[in-house]
Amino acid sequence: MKQVVQAEEIRPPITHIGVIGWVKNNLFNGVFNSILTVVTLFLLWKVVPPFFRWAFIDSAWHTTSQACREAAGACWSIISMNYRFILFGFYPYEEQWRPLLSMLILFGLLFYSRDRSHWKKPLAYGWIIGLFTMGLLMKGGILGLPSVESTQWGGLPLTLLLAVFGLTAAYPLGVILALGRRSRMPGVKILCILYIEMIRGVPLISLLFMSSIIFPLFLPEGVTFNKILRAQVAIILFTAAYIAEVVRGGLQGMSRGQYEAAESIGLNYYLTMRLVILPQALKIVIPPTVSILISAFKDTSLVVIIALFDLLKTTQSVLSNPEWMGFSREAYVFVAILYFLGCFSMSNYSRKLEKELSRGD
Amino acid sequence: MKDFKDSAAREKVPFWLDPKKRAILFQLMTFAMVGLLAYYLTSNTLINLEKQSIATGFSFLQKESSFEIGESLIPYSAANTYARALLVGALNTIKVAFIGIVLTIILGTIIGMARLSTNWLLSKLAAIYIEFMQDIPILLQLFFWYAIFYETLPSSQEALNPGAGIYLSNRGVAFTIPEPHPAHLYMLLAFLVGCVIVYLIRRWARKRQEKTGQIFPVFLVSMGILVGFPLLTWWVLGAPLKMNVPKLGGFNFEGGLTVSPEFIALLLGLVLYTAAFVAEVVRAGIQSVSKGQREAAMSIGLRPVPVLNLVILPQALRVIVPPLTSQMLNLTKNSSLAVAIGYPDFVSVANTTINQTGQSIEGVALIMAVYLFFSLSTSVFMNWYNKRVALVER
Repeated sequence: MKQVVQAEEIRPPITHIGVIGWVKNNLFNGVFNSILTVVTLFLLWKVVPPFFRWAFIDSAWHTTSQACREAAGACWSIISMNYRFILFGFYPYEEQWRPLLSMLILFGLLFYSRDRSHWKKPLAYGWIIGLFTMGLLMKGGILGLPSVESTQWGGLPLTLLLAVFGLTAAYPLGVILALGRRSRMPGVKILCILYIEMIRGVPLISLLFMSSIIFPLFLPEGVTFNKILRAQVAIILFTAAYIAEVVRGGLQGMSRGQYEAAESIGLNYYLTMRLVILPQALKIVIPPTVSILISAFKDTSLVVIIALFDLLKTTQSVLSNPEWMGFSREAYVFVAILYFLGCFSMSNYSRKLEKELSRGD
Repeated sequence: MKDFKDSAAREKVPFWLDPKKRAILFQLMTFAMVGLLAYYLTSNTLINLEKQSIATGFSFLQKESSFEIGESLIPYSAANTYARALLVGALNTIKVAFIGIVLTIILGTIIGMARLSTNWLLSKLAAIYIEFMQDIPILLQLFFWYAIFYETLPSSQEALNPGAGIYLSNRGVAFTIPEPHPAHLYMLLAFLVGCVIVYLIRRWARKRQEKTGQIFPVFLVSMGILVGFPLLTWWVLGAPLKMNVPKLGGFNFEGGLTVSPEFIALLLGLVLYTAAFVAEVVRAGIQSVSKGQREAAMSIGLRPVPVLNLVILPQALRVIVPPLTSQMLNLTKNSSLAVAIGYPDFVSVANTTINQTGQSIEGVALIMAVYLFFSLSTSVFMNWYNKRVALVER
């Protein structure tokens, strides 16, 4: 008679699976980690609930500044009562739909460009037309739109404008500088190295000072540029040096075989670069280029120092209004959230792209 | 016959098709264009300066500056020259950059390690910190910290007192420091002597280990010497314990060491911002050392500390140092944003100078020259260090 032993299915102990297992493995594996977890939890308990209370429960959302001063928590009214000025600066109140529309066009273009399958020639034309339309919308003076001087531009559109136009214009310059730095002609090479290293060695603020006080001296009498354009030039000159270094990285990543193959089929320097090297090199460096866009976006905030009314400056001028004085925390938190949203979505996108590109499709 | 053919072929190539000649021509053209541009800009500038009757040159540096500077490492008054004012600014920049770099490396390493920790909570918190700090402009952070100081903190009359001898107010932070005493100088000397002795001991210990294989507890002995020598000196010289406690004067604290809110806001902003980038650098560096290295080191019987010191760190540092250098340079360059919150760094003093004298070109040139000097000297030092930690192939 045979006894069939039914093997009982043994489940892993309860301390190794499920929520308990997870907590044990990730929070309390070892004495040191347990102490760390407890201390961290305690600190979070000390910080998060009071902050939540300050920001959401005791806060004033849409009140006068008087009511705000009586509230125990945050005063978000400084944002809700002044958001038009913070976002658009001194742009004429009735015309503020125009910068809004420009920004929507920009966001639309950015959103459409997310997908790599859309990266074709029409998209490039779309960008050119889009940027041109944005400029026209902001400036006005045609199609019955009243003209708005660029001295009145401000707020978020100015910030975006400086960043996007800065990167677009700096890109070709940066590529040329990178090619120059890799050139076999010593004269060109030295000039490019000098430029790149000099710009990378000085802070952006010194270039902005230069743009605001020295550029006017450079020009012949009677020729004047407005301040925004001068700051834009400084940002372009600055960003180009950083792009050059990124592109150089891509160029160095190309194997010699690529150059030799191009030479062997009789391509000259220009065609080698345009048809063989640059398309591959620039593709490698897309993720770092996005991080340059992120820094350019953050760096535009520096124009505050030369008194351009970008997002940060409009916020500060609301804060200097006696009525709203003393609510800096709330105002800066709001601006920080805007910057964070912009930078975070870009860096997230850059990580996604990096994964896609490294998969080598 | 052959020679003749060759030279004929050479003659036929026109100079614009000869790569060498073409390269020379191209470079000459580039130089000519750059030169023309420079000439055009300079001549315009000279004409403009003449019209505004601004004298060029650096002679203004010897004039009396007639403005006060809030904080200074060297004696300075409004009667001093512009040159001295600028020196004060440069020293202030060095001060904030140096302290900032040290604190950033410490904080960045801690956060980087926390990011790699097996503790889920800590790792996620570190990730959130890194993402947040990297995505908010440094200038905004500086404004935020400065606003916290002058809006949230009480006046010096009602200063917060979080720990013995520390006072927090909107006029800055006042610390208690030991009363100056001649013993301090001797303690410093003892410390320096200790450093020399430690260096000698390390050399001796390494040689002995190479010869005999015996390991000398270098770290413990060094720490003992570095801490013990000054303490011993202090004790021998009568153990002076008198403290200089800050006391509330008319408007501000007197005595002790008062650190201005501008300095603290700048330091806090720079350190918290740059530490996020340094944390990423540290994380990437440590992750670049493959797991096999640790396992191999453990399998030959090394203890955890030597595994870290002898196997992991030497390899990780090689990856960490170059990007760390550029972060340190970024911190130094970002310290120029001090001008926005009123800390008298070099840019801020130079800006005041420009406004007073109208010597804008010289002023901006000075700013650029000073930062280029900082950048170049930092990268020279870090390159030297990088060579030391780089792979030594025998």
